Amino acid sequence: MAGALRASPLFLILLTLGAYLLGVAVSRRTQSSLANPTLIAILIVGLALRLTGLTYFQYFQSAQLLHFLLGPATVALAIPLVRSLEHLRRSLLPTLLALLTGSVTGALSAYGTVRLCGGDRLLALTMLPKSLTTPIALDVSQTIGGLPALTAVFGIAAGVLMAVCLPFLMKALRVTEPAAAGLAAGTAGSGIATARVVPMGVLPLAFAGVAIGVNGLITATLAPLLLRALRHLH
Amino acid sequence: MVASRAASRGTLAGMSILRAFAVLLLAQFVGEAVHRLLHLPLPGPVLGMAGLAAWLLLRGGAPDAALAETSDTLLRWLPLLFVPAGAGVFAYPGLLRAGFVPIVVALVVSTLLTFAVTAWVMQLLSRRATVRARTEVEA
Repeated sequence: MAGALRASPLFLILLTLGAYLLGVAVSRRTQSSLANPTLIAILIVGLALRLTGLTYFQYFQSAQLLHFLLGPATVALAIPLVRSLEHLRRSLLPTLLALLTGSVTGALSAYGTVRLCGGDRLLALTMLPKSLTTPIALDVSQTIGGLPALTAVFGIAAGVLMAVCLPFLMKALRVTEPAAAGLAAGTAGSGIATARVVPMGVLPLAFAGVAIGVNGLITATLAPLLLRALRHLH
Repeated sequence: MVASRAASRGTLAGMSILRAFAVLLLAQFVGEAVHRLLHLPLPGPVLGMAGLAAWLLLRGGAPDAALAETSDTLLRWLPLLFVPAGAGVFAYPGLLRAGFVPIVVALVVSTLLTFAVTAWVMQLLSRRATVRARTEVEA
């Protein structure tokens, strides 16, 4: 009886909501970007799974309702996109060129750093699509011979890292234009970084949304070609 | 009378939020169908975003209040919606321990570098474009 309740969607969704609300409270109290609500909630859920003895797969099955809402939330990025269309149209060429260089940098630096630090090719291929939105990342990982489930985990980690570092990076790198900040955050950290951009306003949010789609498209197209070129170099 | 009108307006607002949610799901569904039929590399929700944006533009641009409100709410929830997928970190303890150093270094270096390159190229090129537009106007 207690076992059934422990694994029920009711308990696990309540746990997720509670963990997130606690994360929001901590983030408000500390006023620090390091106290990222998503990160805090993930850690609390991990701790709760350990305490209750549930596996991650039991948890995910029950918390799927929240995960499902990611779909319509991604579609909802159409609204900031439409609101910022005039700005987007004016900076179309800079946007596309920045996305092209950013996408190639993301893929090659992920692959290269793993190899330079002594990781094997499988790990490097699994890391390569980490800055793409999860559904595209899974697909690309599969296509180039990585481990899709682990790629998804790397993607979340990259997103959290990007969200946590965004204010520091903007200051340190002198990124003053909201559109550039949103575009770069979406390219480096897809959805979770985009969530961090929401309070910054409609314009950076629109550019982050565009970055998610176009970065995915560019990397899905170029990754197999880049890898073939790398093979020839060896 | 006033109370009943207010109440019916309340239900109407409730209904239009439901309708807006249905619009978002419909756009995702169409995106999913296009993804499968045409074997496009972009996933259903991203195609749905592009499709909904195109449809709104064809209808004059501005989304109605309910759609805007529903979308804003969902986007505010976005950090919460990543928690179930994010807890997947705890599903692969062995693999993560084995490759700990290359994983952490690659995540940090690649993420920061990608942000820096994208942001710098964007700022550099858009500044140049603004300067050029200004000089053309002055000339």
